[in-house]
Amino acid sequence: MVVPLTWYLVLSGILFSIGAVGVLINRNALVIFMSIELMLNAVNLAFVTFSRQQNSMDGQIFVFFIMTVAAAEAVVGLAIIIALFRNKATVNVDDINIMKW
Amino acid sequence: MLESLMFIIMSLIIIACAIGVVFQKNPIYSAVFLIQTMVSLAVLYVLLHAQFVAAVQVMVYAGAIMVIFVFVIMLLNLNKDDLEGDRNKLPMQKPAAIILGLMLVVMIGVIMTRTIYQGAQGEYTPEVMDQIGNTQLVGKMLFTKYVLPFEIASILLFAAIVGAIVLAKKQIIKEEK
Repeated sequence: MVVPLTWYLVLSGILFSIGAVGVLINRNALVIFMSIELMLNAVNLAFVTFSRQQNSMDGQIFVFFIMTVAAAEAVVGLAIIIALFRNKATVNVDDINIMKW
Repeated sequence: MLESLMFIIMSLIIIACAIGVVFQKNPIYSAVFLIQTMVSLAVLYVLLHAQFVAAVQVMVYAGAIMVIFVFVIMLLNLNKDDLEGDRNKLPMQKPAAIILGLMLVVMIGVIMTRTIYQGAQGEYTPEVMDQIGNTQLVGKMLFTKYVLPFEIASILLFAAIVGAIVLAKKQIIKEEK
């Protein structure tokens, strides 16, 4: 018996929602970044599933590029967090509001 | 049968660990849970006949990106105040976010299960892929059809390296207090 591909898509949806909830409820900038990584992983799973469904390789190439972008995003984001921590000595996003009007 | 069992076990691990990432107080535990989530996702990629993506998932995500995360968590040395962080400026935020998240699950689930995906079938069935080799096919596509995005990705990585160095290096200009 083969697993229906819809299950993979539903799992991807659940994973994305957990990531979105994590972005909404967490106050720690690092954990917010991890939740964003969760959402990117969910999208990767959906891409690979569609790629398998269509018997095509393009989805897997897209996953490759998403991973590149995720790596770049994580590096720049963490550099920003380090710079902020050096100035304000906190990673709580409630305290980082100097750009708020 | 074995595949279904594998999928069910792995998806349960993934969901449990993802919830762990979100609801842990200590960021280092969140990072460990996230590593477990990514490794379990790699197993699902193998089930989907995407062996190259599975290998890259373990090496790049669970290896490189999570090492940066753990490194930064260790480097920042957060004190107890930052970890607790329960000042609750918005008391209704947590339940509201969870309700919205459940709604999102239902909406995505309805869309994913009700839609019928019909498209032109490609030529790379699992049999063909196993015969040629998944990694070889990915390499062939990266250097023929997707050669321009591949080069742009290298420029993006270069810009990210420069940006990270510029942002994280010691600030020369003192901040006025």
